[in-house]
Amino acid sequence: MKQGLHPLVMIALVALAALFGRVLPTWTLSLATVAASNALIALGIVILARTGNVSFGQGLFYAAGGYGVALIANAWGITDAVAQMLIGALCGGLLGLAIGPLIARYSGIFFGMLTLALSMVLYGALVKTTALGGSDGFNVGRPSLFGMVFTDPREADFMLYAVSVVTTGLAGIAATILFRSELGLASLAVRENNLRVEYLGLSSNRIITINLVIAAVFAGASGALALMAQRHIDPQFAYWTTSGEFVFVAVLAGYQSVAAVFVASLALELVRSFSNLYLPNTWQLVLGVFLLGVILFLPRGIGSLWIRRRNRIGPAAAAPAAIQKEAAQ
Amino acid sequence: MTPVLSVHGLEKRFGAVVAADALSLDIAAGQKVSLIGANGAGKTTFVNMVTGYLKPDSGSIALDGMDIGRRSPRNVAQLGISRSFQIPQLFVDLTAGENLAVALSGARPRALSFHSPAEAHGGKALELLERFGLGDMADRPISELAGGVRKLIDIAMALVRRPKLLLLDEPTSGVSADEKFATMDRVIHAVAPDAATMVFVEHDMEIVSRYADRVVAFYQGRILADGDPHNVLKDPEVRRYVTGGVQ
Repeated sequence: MKQGLHPLVMIALVALAALFGRVLPTWTLSLATVAASNALIALGIVILARTGNVSFGQGLFYAAGGYGVALIANAWGITDAVAQMLIGALCGGLLGLAIGPLIARYSGIFFGMLTLALSMVLYGALVKTTALGGSDGFNVGRPSLFGMVFTDPREADFMLYAVSVVTTGLAGIAATILFRSELGLASLAVRENNLRVEYLGLSSNRIITINLVIAAVFAGASGALALMAQRHIDPQFAYWTTSGEFVFVAVLAGYQSVAAVFVASLALELVRSFSNLYLPNTWQLVLGVFLLGVILFLPRGIGSLWIRRRNRIGPAAAAPAAIQKEAAQ
Repeated sequence: MTPVLSVHGLEKRFGAVVAADALSLDIAAGQKVSLIGANGAGKTTFVNMVTGYLKPDSGSIALDGMDIGRRSPRNVAQLGISRSFQIPQLFVDLTAGENLAVALSGARPRALSFHSPAEAHGGKALELLERFGLGDMADRPISELAGGVRKLIDIAMALVRRPKLLLLDEPTSGVSADEKFATMDRVIHAVAPDAATMVFVEHDMEIVSRYADRVVAFYQGRILADGDPHNVLKDPEVRRYVTGGVQ
């Protein structure tokens, strides 16, 4: 079993990454903020994917976090960025807790399509709800931090960048600890052979539910960060293309490394920004080619560039089928 | 004395196929019972019903007097019945040590930890592997291991819970003729400290006669003969329908 960086070293790296924003050009701050925010939700998808289930509807929790924060901020005047992020995480987590046990009973494509369906139900409801601005959504005020209001755009961008990087960094540290833990190992076991996990006295459904709730918490916090960056929310947060973008990051990253999620998210934002700049009419084509390239040459994701732990074979999807075949004899 | 496993009037049908036909069987603590029978005789169906994978159409299954006939495999495992599989059911993407760490996590009474590292089980996992003579395999991915070694790791995972009843489905299938006795010796040696009652499905009559102290012969979902190996293997009906004259 491998040893990784000590959590204190990781915290120091997060602090350095946040301070690095001081020397970054202004235009890169918002790009890095979006990349960090997207990395946070993609990290949740990767955590869930370690159980063998991919959520195609993570926009559900993203929108829950965003709308929850927006409504509370407008109703009670809460503008603190950290408080908003925590409220977003809570909203996403509560929704995950409510629906997690129901959808954890499904697996594979059924799990993915169910999450997608639920996100589209929320999207439809939001579009039709005029009290929430319908398809246009509504605006929220500028965020503050611990009582400080940032009127200088550069300082406001840096504050948001720092909050995003620290939040995502801390989530990354938590995910790293989780990956090495009993639950992390059991999640990989569920991914390979959930029936064998049951025969060992563990509950596959419970393991999937816990991972889903963690992913929902991350998605809710990410929704709050996106809201703070845009200062506007609309039903697009729950739309399937939004969810697809996060899955895109998770696929690019692979499931073996937390750091890969950050690299993948940043790479995606850079490719998108530059292709949009130089090839404004065909930037989606460039993104598609980029994803194809990664899938062809790094089928286990960007993380496989530095995770060469052992020559593992692909997901043992055949194992549960084999056990069922044997049991049916 | 209450038997460890008590099965009465167990029936199971798959359409027109009768897989279990009024099976009744009591297994006392400490016994090593071998289930024999041709393919399709109902041995694995019996194991699947006892371990909760299949629900019987009728009849009862009791572990230490407690009815377990409608429980899930997870509940049955928690109550003290573990099993291994004809085709080893391992997590092939993980190492041998990690496979045992997952099993050890499941064997603990408290919930899975979010933060305590899985490596914490390394010592106990290694100890279990050493019981099977596989101490040097802990860091090897399952995908790199031979079939016989996989069988032993599958059995080691079943043994983690220190079960009251251990069910082994063909522990020597896929193992070469030269190694089958060595494999079975390792299993018996590894199981001995926990003094588990052991039921093993087996086709090899040499293994059965050497290691079982009771043999139950199945034929078309029924028990054809039940007793000590010497008598059962000489039973004319068993020789006709099960062993084909082999002893």
